[in-house]
Amino acid sequence: MEVNEKIAIDHGLKKEEFKKICTLLKRVPNITELGIFSAMWNEHCSYKSSRKHLKNLHTKGKKVIQGPGENAGVIDIGDDDAIVFKIESHNHPSFIEPYQGAATGVGGIMRDVFTMGARPIANLNSIHFGSPQHKKTKNLLRGVVRGIGGYGNCIGVPTIAGQTSFDESYNGNILVNAMTLGLVDKKKIFYSKAAGIDKPVIYVGSKTGRDGIHGASMASAIFDDKIEEKKPTVQVGDPFTEKLLLEACLELMEDNSIIAIQDMGAAGLTSSSVEMASKGKLGIELDLSKVPCREEKMTPYEIMLSESQERMLIVLENGKEKSAKKIFDKWNLDFAVIGKTTNTKKIEINFNKKKVADIPLNLLSENAPIYDRKWKKNKLPQKIKFKKQVFKSLKLSDCLKKLLMHPNICDKQWIWEQYDHTVMGDTIQKPGGDAGVVRVHGTEKAIAASVDSSALYCHAHPLTGGKQVVCESWRNIISVGAEPIAITNCLNFGNPEKDENMGEFVECIQGISEASKYLDYPVVSGNVSFYNETKDKGIKPTPSIGGVGLIKNYKKMISMELKKEGNLILVIGKTEGHLEQTIFAREILSEKKGPPPEINLFNEKNNGLTISKLIKDNLIESCHDVSLGGILIATSKMCIKSKKGIKINNLKNLINKFEYFFSEDQGRYLVEINKDNFKKVEKVLIDNSVHFDELGVVNDNKFLFSDEIDLSIEDLIKAYNNWLKKYMVN
Amino acid sequence: MKSSVIIFPGSNCDRDMDVALKKFGFNNQMVWHNDTELPKSDLIVLPGGFSYGDYLRCGSIAGKSKIINSVIEYAKSGGLVLGICNGFQILTETGLLPGVLQQNKYLEFICKNVHVKINDTKNKYFKNIKKEILELHIAHNEGNYFCSSNELKLIEDNNQIAVTYCNKDGTCDNNSNPNGALKNIAGIFNKNKNILGMMPHPERMIDKYLSGEDGSIFFENLIGNLN
Repeated sequence: MEVNEKIAIDHGLKKEEFKKICTLLKRVPNITELGIFSAMWNEHCSYKSSRKHLKNLHTKGKKVIQGPGENAGVIDIGDDDAIVFKIESHNHPSFIEPYQGAATGVGGIMRDVFTMGARPIANLNSIHFGSPQHKKTKNLLRGVVRGIGGYGNCIGVPTIAGQTSFDESYNGNILVNAMTLGLVDKKKIFYSKAAGIDKPVIYVGSKTGRDGIHGASMASAIFDDKIEEKKPTVQVGDPFTEKLLLEACLELMEDNSIIAIQDMGAAGLTSSSVEMASKGKLGIELDLSKVPCREEKMTPYEIMLSESQERMLIVLENGKEKSAKKIFDKWNLDFAVIGKTTNTKKIEINFNKKKVADIPLNLLSENAPIYDRKWKKNKLPQKIKFKKQVFKSLKLSDCLKKLLMHPNICDKQWIWEQYDHTVMGDTIQKPGGDAGVVRVHGTEKAIAASVDSSALYCHAHPLTGGKQVVCESWRNIISVGAEPIAITNCLNFGNPEKDENMGEFVECIQGISEASKYLDYPVVSGNVSFYNETKDKGIKPTPSIGGVGLIKNYKKMISMELKKEGNLILVIGKTEGHLEQTIFAREILSEKKGPPPEINLFNEKNNGLTISKLIKDNLIESCHDVSLGGILIATSKMCIKSKKGIKINNLKNLINKFEYFFSEDQGRYLVEINKDNFKKVEKVLIDNSVHFDELGVVNDNKFLFSDEIDLSIEDLIKAYNNWLKKYMVN
Repeated sequence: MKSSVIIFPGSNCDRDMDVALKKFGFNNQMVWHNDTELPKSDLIVLPGGFSYGDYLRCGSIAGKSKIINSVIEYAKSGGLVLGICNGFQILTETGLLPGVLQQNKYLEFICKNVHVKINDTKNKYFKNIKKEILELHIAHNEGNYFCSSNELKLIEDNNQIAVTYCNKDGTCDNNSNPNGALKNIAGIFNKNKNILGMMPHPERMIDKYLSGEDGSIFFENLIGNLN
C-alpha cells in the first residue's frame, strides 16, 4: 500500500505532522513505518500537549528512588523495602466496552508495577460516571466494577480503596483510573533502559493477536456517534495469563539475567522496543517472523501495533536464554528470541527475511512533536452572598438525610464487596475508610493508600482545585496514622486543542505542583488522558491523585470508627463557613456558582503534622478528614461505621449553623479523644497554633443536636446504605 | 504435623494458607501441580484462587491435573484433605465431594465477612471446637452450593453438612445466605469426614488486625485434634 497524506490523517496524524515525518525520514514512510510513527506520535504515547507543563510538577524528595519517566515511581520505606506505584487511565476503552476496558486497565497497571521487580500488594481505583439518570450509566457502572473485580480478584491482589462519583459531564466519557502498589527489594529494582550491544531481545507472555490495534490512537481522539465501531480497538484481558506472567517474571528476576524489561502496554511492541532502545541510546533489530502469533497471516503492521495484553519485552544477558526459557516453560508461557540490541540507534524490523521498517530512533522520541498549546487563564469566580432567607425553610436533619443519600456521598459497599479486598492476608483497613491499609508482609510496617479527585472544585477554579486534591490526599493518609510520602497522578481532561481545556490542565498542574512542593509530597509517576470529549462536550477537569504513606508500626493504625461512649469529638482546623461549590450548595440551595474553598497551605500542613503528632503520642482514638459534605456528613460516617452516636454541643460559633455544618473549608479533621486526655490534646493544639472546636460527645446510638436533630443511627444507616443498592437492582 | 498445600497455576491463596498453617504449628510444604507424588503429609490443602484461570468451570481442569490422582488416592485411604473456596470447587469436580458450586445467586462476586454454624463435631476438623458459630470471610463468584434431592438426603442422613451460613445468633435463613446455597450450605464432608470442602477462608482471619480472628480457632483446633 502506497502511503499518502489521507492515510496518515486516518492514522490520527495531522497534515503537518505527516510532512514532518517525510522531511525527517527524507522519504515517504511505508505503511508499517507510518503505523509506528502514528503510535509513537499520538498524544497518549508522546505527551505532546502535556510535556511542557508536566515539567513543572514537583518530583523530587528524600524518599524518591525513581520519579516519573519509568514504568512506575519508586519510594523508599526504610530497611531494604521500597514501594513501586502508579495510576493510569483506561477511560476511552472502558466507555466502549466497560468490562474489558476496565479489566485491561487493571492488568496494564499491575504489569507496570511488576515489570520493575515488585510484587503487587494492593490495587485502588477512581471511577467516574455520568448522571445516574443517564441511560448508559447503570450498565457502564456494572461493567466497570465487574471488569475491575474480574481481573484483580483472579490475580489475587486485594483492591483496598477507591473513589466513585457521578456527574453529567461524564455522560459521554466515563473515567476509569486504576492504581497499583507493589513491594520490592530496594537493591533489586528493574528498569526499562537497555544496555549493551548484541544482547538478545526476548518476547514473553501471551501470543499476539489482532486485538487493540490502534488502541493508543483511539485513546487520543474524541468520540463521535460511531464509537461502537471502535470496539475492536479494545483489548481483551486474560488475568490468568497475567498471574502466570507475574510469577514467571518475578522468578526470572531472582537470578541476575535481566538487563532491561518493559511491558507491552499502549502501542504494544512498538513503544516497548522503541523506549528500551532509546533510553539506552542503542539501536534495536527485530525479526517479526519470530513473534508468537495467535492469528494467521498477521502482517508486520498488525504485529507492531497490536495491543494484545499480558506480554513483556526483555533484554537479557547473553547466554541466559536457556535458563530463562525454562522458567517460562514451567509457567506455560511463550518465550521467543525476536531480536537483538544494536549500535545503529535505529529500529530495524525484518519480516520473512525482508526489511519492513528502518527508522532512526530519535525521530520517534526526541523529534516527536511537542506543542505549546494556547491556554486560557481562569479567573477566581466571585463569592456568593447567601441571603438569610434561603436557609429559613431548611431543616438540618432533612438536609443531612438528603445528602447522606446522595450518589457522591452514599455508601459504596455494593462496589467494593465485588472486589476481593482481603486476599494476601495483610489488609488491615478495608475500603470505606479514609485510606486502605495493607501490612508489609512479615514486618511491622504498613502502607496506606488512597485516591482522590474533586472535579467540581477543579472546574470552578483549576488552580485551587489542583491544590485541593493534593491536600485531601495528604489528609486521608494522615487520618489513618500514616506519614504521607508521595503521590501519583492521573490527569483526566478534555480536548487540549481548546484553549479553555488546556487552561484547566495547565492551572490544575500548577496547583498540584504548589501543594505537593509545600507538603513535601512529590509526584513520582502518572499519566495524562486528554480528549475526554464527546460531540464537543468535554468532562470537568478531573485530576486523580493517588497518595501513599507509611505506618511504621501497623498496630498504631487509626480508623474512623468511634471507639467508646463518653469520648470527645473535636473539629481540628477552622470552619469559616465556605458554602460555594459544596454539595450542600448544589443539592440543597441549587447554587452551582462561586469559588471553591480556599486552600491555605500553611494551615493544611500545620494541622496535618499536629494530628500526626497526636497520633504518635497515642492521644487519638479515631480520626476522619472533613471533606465532601462538611462536618455533619463526616460525623455521620464515623457514627455509621461504628454504630455509635454523638451528642453535638450547642454552637458557640457565630456563623450560621448551615454554614458551620455543611461548609467544605479545607484542612480540617474530626478526632475522637478520651476525655481524660483533653488537657494534653488541648496543649498540643494550642502550642502548635491549631484551631479546634469541641464538637460533641460519643453516645450509644443517637445522633443529637439541640432540638433540631434527633435521629437513631439506624436512620442514618438507612439513608446512607440504600441508594446504590436500590439503584443497581431496579 | 506435616501439611502440604498444592499450587495450581492460578492459585492465589496458597501463600496465605502457608502462612496460616505455619503460624499454628504445621510443618508445611508447597507442592507443584505437575508433580505426581505427594510428600508424606498429615493434611493436604487445596487453596483458593482461580486454578488454570477457571475459564471452563471452576476447578474442572485442576480436577484433571497431574497431582490430583495422588490427592484422590490419599483421600480414599483416609487422609485429611481440606479444600477452601477454589479447593472446594476442585473437590466437587473430582467427585470426592458430592454436589456442585454454581454462580452466586445475584451473579456478583462477594467479598465479606459471614457467620457460619458448625453442624457436626464428630470429625477431626471440628471436634472440641470452642465456638459453635464462627465469623469467617468469603470471597467468591461461584459459591452457590447445589446437589440433587437424592444426594441431599444422603448428605443429611450422614451428617455431612459441615458448616452453614447463619446470622450472628446462629439462625440460618435467607437473609444470612450470601450466595443462594442450598440449605445455606457453606461446607460439606465426604461420608467418612476426612475430606472437608468449604467456601469461607479461615486463613484470612488469623489475627486481630485482620477482618477477624475466628480462623485462628479453626486452625488451633485442627492441629490440636491431629496431635
